Amino acid sequence: MVSIDVWNAAVDFPIFDAKSRSMKKAMLGKTGGKIGTDTKVPIIEALRDIDLSLRHGDRVALVGHNGAGKSTLLRLLSGIYEPTRGSSRVEGKVAPVFDLGVGMDPEISGQENIIIRGLFLGMSRKQMEQRIDDIAEFTELGNYLSMPLRTYSTGMRVRLALGVVTSIDPEILVLDEGIGAVDADFLEKAKGRLNELVKRSGMLVFASHSDEFLAELCSTAIWMEKGQIKEHGPLREVLTHYKGKDPFENLSPRAKARMQEEHAGSTATIGSSEG
Amino acid sequence: MLPEATPTATARAPVGTLHSVQATSTTDQTEAPAAAPTTARSRSWRRVFDDISRAAQQRQLWAHLGWQDVKQRYRRSVLGPLWITISMGVTATGLGLLYSTIFGMDPGEYVPYMTVGFIIWYFISGCLTSGTDVFIQNEGMIKQLPAPISIYVFRTVWREFLLFLHNLVIYFAILAIFQPELSWTVFSVFPALLLLLVNAGWVVLLFGIVSTRFRDIPPVVSSFMQLLFFMSPIVWPMSALEENAGARAWLAQINPVYHYVDIVRSPLLGSNQDLYHWLIVLAITVGGWGLALLMMRNYRARVSYWV
Repeated sequence: MVSIDVWNAAVDFPIFDAKSRSMKKAMLGKTGGKIGTDTKVPIIEALRDIDLSLRHGDRVALVGHNGAGKSTLLRLLSGIYEPTRGSSRVEGKVAPVFDLGVGMDPEISGQENIIIRGLFLGMSRKQMEQRIDDIAEFTELGNYLSMPLRTYSTGMRVRLALGVVTSIDPEILVLDEGIGAVDADFLEKAKGRLNELVKRSGMLVFASHSDEFLAELCSTAIWMEKGQIKEHGPLREVLTHYKGKDPFENLSPRAKARMQEEHAGSTATIGSSEG
Repeated sequence: MLPEATPTATARAPVGTLHSVQATSTTDQTEAPAAAPTTARSRSWRRVFDDISRAAQQRQLWAHLGWQDVKQRYRRSVLGPLWITISMGVTATGLGLLYSTIFGMDPGEYVPYMTVGFIIWYFISGCLTSGTDVFIQNEGMIKQLPAPISIYVFRTVWREFLLFLHNLVIYFAILAIFQPELSWTVFSVFPALLLLLVNAGWVVLLFGIVSTRFRDIPPVVSSFMQLLFFMSPIVWPMSALEENAGARAWLAQINPVYHYVDIVRSPLLGSNQDLYHWLIVLAITVGGWGLALLMMRNYRARVSYWV
């Protein structure tokens, strides 16, 4: 069963500078005793009081200002950070896509990068090799896949990363905002594929500043502020509170209709599973 | 800080069907934390062994990454990883001829001795120095992808072992040229190599965790490497020290590198072996792994915060 549970979790980052990272401080500090706050490592409370329970079928948008803790929360939900206080449990195969470009090796070819990413996400080499053609077709990178990644533009890297996660059937898909870097045509194509994937995969958590994209993929939303969950509820409601106006007023009727339908659908399924 | 918590509570109350379902599920969870710690404590032995066994299962991944590292060093060069072998060969020939003259030893005896020592030393020093930045180097991946941290340890040890195998080619050249007399004891090289690999594991893990937290460790280790090299019987034979130092020669026995080098070198050269080298190595293996596992238990989850 795919699920993410977080109980009263906090994520604190120790900020080491050259001084506090050094052994000198740590060893001399013991003999000399503590001198005020001097020996203490400053801490940034990136997240606190996070209580969250996500289940199969949840499609959650993550909104909030820069530095509100969205990416940290995504890392917590992917299991990359374990909470410093409180606890968390992630069950299911997680496929995260964070700031693209990092985590990929610029010197090796796109193809090799696809395989390594796939291996990290729990696939075998053979399985990834079978998917290469499919990914090549979707990303439209063609012969570029045999070029080293450093020759790629940002948008091309996004294409590659999306190509990998959308080809492997993850159970929990975690996307950070970076994917806006692709052009409109590809975005349209990616939406379709992500939608399909979201239907198949268990769960989606998506941080983005694009209302349209969120409307397309998500049904609920979490509003992060200063490292805390300020609001967690239906997408439209949370976005309205967050932005101070209804963001979907000007949305195309098609998208609106789809959202309505989705909402009805998801309530119905939840209702039936309850009963 | 409290005023911020109140809007959350109020915002959750007046909602529709879908949301009330979620609200109840979250309140359910507030009763659950009693169950949480038992299943998901970060600092537990179970998580340590889980981490290691999951990493071991992803053999394809770390084997691929390790091999990638080797290729990476020689990307765009014509001979590629063959350079590893060539540079070992050049070192062995040059230093072997020079030092055998200095020590006044028979090159047929000295060159194999020094070369094999060198090959083993490269592996040991490679594990020590690359162990210190195993997690620092992999920062990008650690922060991007949820994976057991042992993956990076396996990757590093595997890479160093592949480099070792490249260097080992020179040993076979030595065998062909000097034809040292080998006995059946040569087979003890397999358990010796296994021990060396097992030790590489704890060294990389322990040094990796400690130096991710304390960034002074990598320069400290690399500055001690050279001293350690000259203190170890690699370019000089133990017999020369015993001749000149007399009773004080036992001081050289304190150096653990000596014992590691000896258990692998002796069988490869067909020379006599003493049991006590094995015992010392075994004892260090057990102690080292104990320490490394303890560190991992306490700081495994901190590594992603520290990198």
